[in-house]
Amino acid sequence: MGINIVDKRNNPKGKSSPNRQKLLKRISHKIKKAIPDIVKNNNVKDLTSSKKGVKIPVKGINEPQFGYDGKSGNKKRVHPGNKEYSPGDKVRKPPSGGEGGRGQKGSNDPTVSEDEFTITISREEFLDYFFDDLELPDMIKKHLNSVVDFKQKRAGFSNAGTPNRLNVVKSYKNSMSRQMATGIFFDKKIKEIEEKLKDKSLSSEQVDKLTKELDKYKKMKVSVNFMEEVDLQYNNFEKFPIPVTSAVMFCIMDVSASMGEREKDIAKRFFMLLYLFLTKQYERIEIVFIRHHTQAKEVDEDEFFNSRESGGTIVLPSLQMMDKIIEDRYSSDWNIYAAQASDGDVWNTNDALDCANILKDKLLKQIQYMIYIEIGRDRRSDLWEAYGVVSENKPNLKCGRINDNSEIWDVFKDFFKKRVAV
Amino acid sequence: MTKDKLKEMFSNSDWNSDTILEADKIISRIAKEHLGLDTYPNQFEIVTSEQMLDAYSLIGLPISYNHWKFGKDFVINKSKYKKGRMGLAYELVINSDPCISYNMEDNTTCLMLLVLAHAAYGHNHFFKNNYLFKQWTHADAIVDYMLFARDYVSKCEERYGYEAVEEVLDACHMIMNYGVDKYTKPQKISPKKERDRLKKRIEDERILVDDIWRTIPKGDKDSKDRVERFPKQPEENILYFIEKNSPNLKGWQRELIRIVRKTAQYFYPQGQTKVINEGCATFSHYEIINKMSDEGYLDEGFMMEFLHNHSNVIFQPGHDSQFYSGLNPYTLGFNIFNDLKRMSLNPTDEDKEWFPDIAGNKDWAGTFRYIVENFKDETFVLQYLSPKVIRDMRLFEITDNEDSRYYEITSIHNKNGYKQVRKSLSDTYNRSTYYPDIQVYDVDFDGDRTLTLNYTPINNKQIDSGNIDIIISNISRLWGFPVTLIESENAEDILSTTKGIF
Repeated sequence: MGINIVDKRNNPKGKSSPNRQKLLKRISHKIKKAIPDIVKNNNVKDLTSSKKGVKIPVKGINEPQFGYDGKSGNKKRVHPGNKEYSPGDKVRKPPSGGEGGRGQKGSNDPTVSEDEFTITISREEFLDYFFDDLELPDMIKKHLNSVVDFKQKRAGFSNAGTPNRLNVVKSYKNSMSRQMATGIFFDKKIKEIEEKLKDKSLSSEQVDKLTKELDKYKKMKVSVNFMEEVDLQYNNFEKFPIPVTSAVMFCIMDVSASMGEREKDIAKRFFMLLYLFLTKQYERIEIVFIRHHTQAKEVDEDEFFNSRESGGTIVLPSLQMMDKIIEDRYSSDWNIYAAQASDGDVWNTNDALDCANILKDKLLKQIQYMIYIEIGRDRRSDLWEAYGVVSENKPNLKCGRINDNSEIWDVFKDFFKKRVAV
Repeated sequence: MTKDKLKEMFSNSDWNSDTILEADKIISRIAKEHLGLDTYPNQFEIVTSEQMLDAYSLIGLPISYNHWKFGKDFVINKSKYKKGRMGLAYELVINSDPCISYNMEDNTTCLMLLVLAHAAYGHNHFFKNNYLFKQWTHADAIVDYMLFARDYVSKCEERYGYEAVEEVLDACHMIMNYGVDKYTKPQKISPKKERDRLKKRIEDERILVDDIWRTIPKGDKDSKDRVERFPKQPEENILYFIEKNSPNLKGWQRELIRIVRKTAQYFYPQGQTKVINEGCATFSHYEIINKMSDEGYLDEGFMMEFLHNHSNVIFQPGHDSQFYSGLNPYTLGFNIFNDLKRMSLNPTDEDKEWFPDIAGNKDWAGTFRYIVENFKDETFVLQYLSPKVIRDMRLFEITDNEDSRYYEITSIHNKNGYKQVRKSLSDTYNRSTYYPDIQVYDVDFDGDRTLTLNYTPINNKQIDSGNIDIIISNISRLWGFPVTLIESENAEDILSTTKGIF
């Protein structure tokens, strides 16, 4: 029998993907555990662009088996390549014991053990784990409220309506069928009478009567109305809600001299996180960067994070600018999120109060959610106090403070943690 | 096709399916005429590296049920491969009928011919003829069985949830090595036979009754020993015992245990025949390709490449080399078979003394086939490792006693050492050298149904205590009641127990 050659190279890939999914399930808690480290170690930045996926080190998913303790017992082994040994020669065991020192891993051995490996998961998979316990602020609200736009959609026909919605074709069809239906009725009658008139035995009186009747029906047949009220059909429209799938995220940061590199770095990571989070929820996201010292300015990302300014701090202009941008560009159809990072410095207490007021009276009504983070400050600032008062009544304003990279994830989680359903 | 055309075809390092078909015609003829190989039909699959990694993670099963451990192996192998820390084999062959072999797409023509001779004829012959494979595996049914297993597992997942299925499978995998039969189980005797046996026993006792026995005083021990254990004889197949005797398991859980057990049984011969199986395949490819060359199908360039690859396959670093990781089974197996051929054709006095049946018998191919059919690693080495091979490989034996601070070199390649080296090496292929001997010892059916496992130490070796509690508690999950592991049938010497958990 000849050999059967099977070329499998073009078979679909991913034969082991169900096993991979099972592995992911198995190690999901380990992946989640690794997330704070990933946030801390600057990888979030890569995440926003990386197409390759995320590498996650996994430890301790071993498969225990009964085995021997290598140090115990009296054993004999055979090795190849004897050069100098004679029977009776002795070789001192290496201090740590074990299998002749080779093949055995010392504590400093850089080689990775079998039970410690790296799994690469796609960006989408990662985000699922990343935000597993989190949800968008007020998911319910989002479902109801983010459906802010309506579209008129054709929904059949109706008998009533305004003349501009008259459906001519449909109405004309109705009219034709009505005319035909009534016409047939009269035709039948006329035919009947004509049949009767053919009968020669009729008296002249009867003939007169029938002829009159015939005339009547002939007149009626001609006078069938072209259009009747019942023929008219109007296009019907209904309002359909459409979910808004685009979002805009405002990043507002204080770049006055008091914000150092470290503080900016923390803010940047936080913005990244928020951005990642939103990418999971919305198809399209725009980011608006506003930085401010004494004046506010809309900038691009690079400038936002990298250029230095000096001088004092006035916060209000940035919020005013945001208000203006919303009005100009994002007044409808947009889910609006805002994140403000600051060290809490304000020009004076009035500035803080002004900010609080513009939020309360204007901005918070338009936007889905606003986050204020205060970085690297032990003492509560005026801005913090002022915002605190506002957030008591407005659940879509959240404030948090971060002093160190390691706290970013916790604070973020706290903002978005799943609420227990009421 | 003419010989010259074929020669030209094989000297081109790019191949196509015609190359393989033509080569197979020649190789199958040589395999039959020259070596007398008897093989299953071949299914020769060309695969990519990704597909080869898939095959790796299933450790030699054509298909398998889904489980995370296969995913883990895949991930580990893939990352090793990508980093260049691991090369992929040129081929991977499966014990099935037809015999499936996976062959890497980037093999050169020379490598394709080598793996064709090696796997599709060498291993294939071994699978079909070795006694262990004949006894324990069903090459024609494995694909169907694993298909059934995969469907069954996924149906169970749908019905009972994947967690419940995974729990059973995880526990089974931990003691998979204790899910194999090493000997055929005796048939259950029929009730009638049992009654007859009992009758005969009573009759015998009546005939043999002797008053003098009553005068012998009874010891205390007697009363204790009279309580019969269950099972009467220790059971080495722990998974089998649990499947058949666990009080609480549901039908589907028993079936899952059975699936793991069957899989383990399928692999049982492979673990016992690494040296002899690779030796058989390596010797086969060496003979076949050389014969092809003798017949004039191959040019010099091809043979240079072949010899280069062949010597890579049987490369054996010395014990002091940084590349040393134990004896290379390809090398050892090939050397033994090759030396047997030598002594069959050109025996020395030493050969005549050590192997009187083989030395000078001229039927080296028949000898080769006889050994392939009837031996496993342990017996193969014990029987056929010749002094010349011990000398050539400069094998030596070290003794490692736990309470000594030294390794002692106890035997080397000299007249006094040959037998000891051979015996010692053979012992290292004994299954109990790597799997501790643990068997089902007793079940307390009158009490809390504790399952007692017994560990019998060999050479004073202790079980690694690191994982022991996890494994015992997983066995206990399968069993449904407490499990205790004791040592040397000593109920006081408890290595691990789940008592108290329940």
